[in-house]
This record gives sequence, C-alpha cells and structure tokens, in this order.
Amino acid sequence: MQKISRRSFLKAGLAAAGTVGISGLALPSSLRGADQTPLATLIDIRKCVGCEACVDACKEANADKFPQPQKPFPKMYPSRVKVSDWSDKKEVRNRLTPYTWVFIQSAEVVVDGEKQTLTFPRRCMHCQNPPCADLCPWGAARKLENGITLIHADICLGGQKCKAVCPWSIPEQQTGVGLYLDILPSLAGNGVMFKCDRCYNRLEKGSLPACIENCPENVQTIGPREEIVRQAHAIAKEIGGYIYGETENGGTNTLYVSPVPFETLNKAVEKGPGQPHFNKVGDSMAHADNLAKAMIIAPFAGLAAGAVRCYKAAKTIAASADKGAQEEK
Amino acid sequence: MNQNFFPEYKYISRAYIFIIFMMCLTGFGQMPIFKRYYIADIPGLGWLAQYYLTHYIHYIGAILLFVISGYCAAAYFFAGRHHFRLTRSAYIRVILLAAITVTGIFRVLKNLPDIVFSPNFTMFIDISHLIFMLIFLMAAAWFLFTKSGWLMEKARISEN
Ligand code: SF4
Ligand code: SF4
Ligand code: SF4
Repeated sequence: MQKISRRSFLKAGLAAAGTVGISGLALPSSLRGADQTPLATLIDIRKCVGCEACVDACKEANADKFPQPQKPFPKMYPSRVKVSDWSDKKEVRNRLTPYTWVFIQSAEVVVDGEKQTLTFPRRCMHCQNPPCADLCPWGAARKLENGITLIHADICLGGQKCKAVCPWSIPEQQTGVGLYLDILPSLAGNGVMFKCDRCYNRLEKGSLPACIENCPENVQTIGPREEIVRQAHAIAKEIGGYIYGETENGGTNTLYVSPVPFETLNKAVEKGPGQPHFNKVGDSMAHADNLAKAMIIAPFAGLAAGAVRCYKAAKTIAASADKGAQEEK
Repeated sequence: MNQNFFPEYKYISRAYIFIIFMMCLTGFGQMPIFKRYYIADIPGLGWLAQYYLTHYIHYIGAILLFVISGYCAAAYFFAGRHHFRLTRSAYIRVILLAAITVTGIFRVLKNLPDIVFSPNFTMFIDISHLIFMLIFLMAAAWFLFTKSGWLMEKARISEN
C-alpha cells in the first residue's frame, strides 16, 4: 500500500513538473533536483502516530555523518567558550542534537471538540532563502538548487552563527570535530554544527530521504515545491486546516498541514533548546533584498550628483571668466 | 592641496574613512568573534554581536560607498583629471576596492532569494572578500603611514 501511494504521488509530482517516465521507487531526475527544481516536503500532521520510525531511520541512514569527536577536547580561550558535547548522549530524542536531526514533538489540543495528542516530526525547515547559509562567513552552510540547505562538516568551524540567525535555532553544535582542530583550536572555532541535510546523498542516488521512506503512515511527501504547496492547500481546504512554512521566513521547503491553528500547536508544544516553536516568522533576509535594490541605484545617484556639481562649477567658472573679460574691456 | 578646486574633498574623505572603518567593524562582526572576545560586552558595543544589525549596517555602508565612489569618479573624470592625476597608491587602492566590491556584489546576489551559486563558488567569494579586505586594510594603513594621498597635481608631476 505504502509503495503504491508513494509511487502515485511521484507520478503526480512528475505530471506537475511536466516530465514523463517513472519506474519503481527511484526518484526521477526532476525529483533529484538535477534540473534545478526546488523540492519541498509536506508533513501531514493528521497522519503522524508518533512511532518515531523516522527518528530511527534518520539515525541509521546518517550514522556515518554523525560526529566522532576526539577527546580530550583542546582547551578553549577565553573561558566563556563552552564545550558542547553530545557524544555521550547520542540517544537523547526529545530534542534536536548533533545525533538527532529529527525528533517528534507533541501537542495536546482539541480537534473537533475532542481532546487529542497530535505528534509531528521537527527538523530543519530548509528555507527557500536560508539565513544560515546566506550569513555563514565561510560558505560552510550552503543552499543547493534542489532546495536543500546543508552544512559542510569539513568546512564548518562551529561558531554557531547559523544557529543564532536561524529563526528556529535548528543547527546543533558538537565540540572536538572538524576543521578548527587544524587551525587554532584554542582561539577560534568550537566544533561543527549539525542538522538535517534532507538526505542529500540519498536524493542524489535517486532514493527518498530515510525518514520519508520509513514512515509507516506516509506522513511526509516530497516533490517540486509548487506541487507540494498545491497539495498542502488541497488538504487544508478539505479539512479546514492550516499551513505552516509556505510564507514563514520568506517560504520554506518544508510545509506542515494541521487540523488546528499553528498558534494553538505553538502554545501546546514544549519549547526550549533544540525544541523549535511554531511562531509566525517574517522573512529574515528581507532587509538584504530591499537594500540590494538601493545598491543598484547608489553608484548612478553618486555619478549624477558629481556630474551636476561639475557642470554647475564649470558654468560658474565660465560666468566669472566672462565677467572678468568684460571688466577688462 | 586640492581644497580650492574640490572644497568638499575634506568632508568626503572624512566620511569615506568613517564608512570604511564601519565596514571593517561590521564586516568583522559577521564572524563570531566580538562576543567570544568580550568586545561586545564593552558598554555601547553590544550591537557588534547582533548579526542582523551589523549585516544591515554593512549594506548601508556599501550603499554610501557606492554613492561616494560615483560622485568622486564623476568629479575626477569631468574636472579633476585636467589638473590632477591619481597617485600610484590610489591605483592600488582602487584595484583592491574594486576586488572587494565585486566579491561583495556576489555576496549580495547570493543573499537574494532566487539566486543559487555552486557551493565552491560561494566559498570562493566569501573567503576572497575577506582576504581582499585584509590586504586593503594593510595597504591603507601603510599609505596612511607614508602619507600617500589619492591625487597629485599635474604641475607637480612635471616639475619632478
Ligand atoms: S515515522 Fe511517520 S508516523 Fe512515525 S513518528 Fe515519524 S512521521 Fe510520525
Ligand atoms: S530552518 Fe534554520 S537551519 Fe534550516 S535552512 Fe532555515 S535557517 Fe537554515
Ligand atoms: S531528511 Fe534525512 S537527514 Fe533529514 S530528518 Fe529525514 S532522514 Fe534525517
């Protein structure tokens, strides 16, 4: 059953992308992002039963990407720089950690007059214009054309800037791994930041992300973003539900559909370090878009002002020269 | 020197130095160092650790530098070059500023929603922007030390 519905979904996605030909479970190239189609995922909160199969699948599929820190950690200065070590707490699964890239959040809410516990996977939203990648000083966090945001573990220095600028504070830090160890481990850097990379390597090979493939309830679907947005709206219309991620932070490549408003979910979920909220989020990079427009005009405005100034000066000089010449006569 | 000819020179050069200083400060502020090294703890400097604020100021600074560059370029080409020429240190600075500007423009483009560069190119522009800036800073400090200005009167050159 699961396979059939997944296949039929891929077909729908393909039809939307205007491509033909699909076989088996492999993702066609349009879904691998080879043709620059940004892919998004849809998380249908109604369907999730909280079994955590996705959490296990993620841990298994990405085990070789998880940090293997060297201990003891190099001493870091100044003393305010704290070690962040999750290597002895790999099994923590009630929040995001460098070893838990997706976890199940739950919310007790009233749906249609009935008290219910809703569960749903939380992980990186894969923003359409991700501030974590835009503002990473080294280009370690990057956005891919297929809509994935990923942090390159060999380049990241663990400065936590991505976490600071992420509206959901998603990336999690592990000390004792990465490039900083080879530079000035005591004075700069503090490990590597980890988060969901939407199984980019599986997508490249044409497989589905592990959490999607292993969910017994087909909670998540993946496809071209436009198609996912359409699908989200169709479900929301059908159930009188709500969407999160379509416009949050300027739009994300992870959309949630819920039978209750996200303000309600947001109030009901446990929030804190590694446990993201469901707040309304404006576009973090809007200032950069607006100022970029001003930047295009700026040099021309300067040139024009300079030219006008020279023209006026030339006229004044010419006028005074004329006057001088007349006075001489 | 060129005060009579270009009376606003004094103000523009002051504004230019101030903006370059702010660009360095907010540029360095893009790296997670001001908080680690207690600089943001100094009263009045807390804003240096606010990434979005320093980013915003960095963009405003770039806009102002573009206006100043446009103005000075126009003044030089329409009037100044008949009496002055750019010194060698000015050429070096112009080239370095151009390199910083070009890499900076690519960084601005990268931050637009619909533009995606390859990861390697992104890394290249991110790091080269920083390296060009460091070279420029050293050069500018050296020229400040040797008192090398931007313009030289043509008459003086022919005398030499
Ligand atoms: S595997 Fe599916 S049903 Fe189970 S917790 Fe994850 S999303 Fe929910
Ligand atoms: S949710 Fe946070 S970490 Fe994920 S892409 Fe957006 S800004 Fe980056
Ligand atoms: S997409 Fe991959 S990396 Fe992300 S949560 Fe799912 S399994 Fe983990």
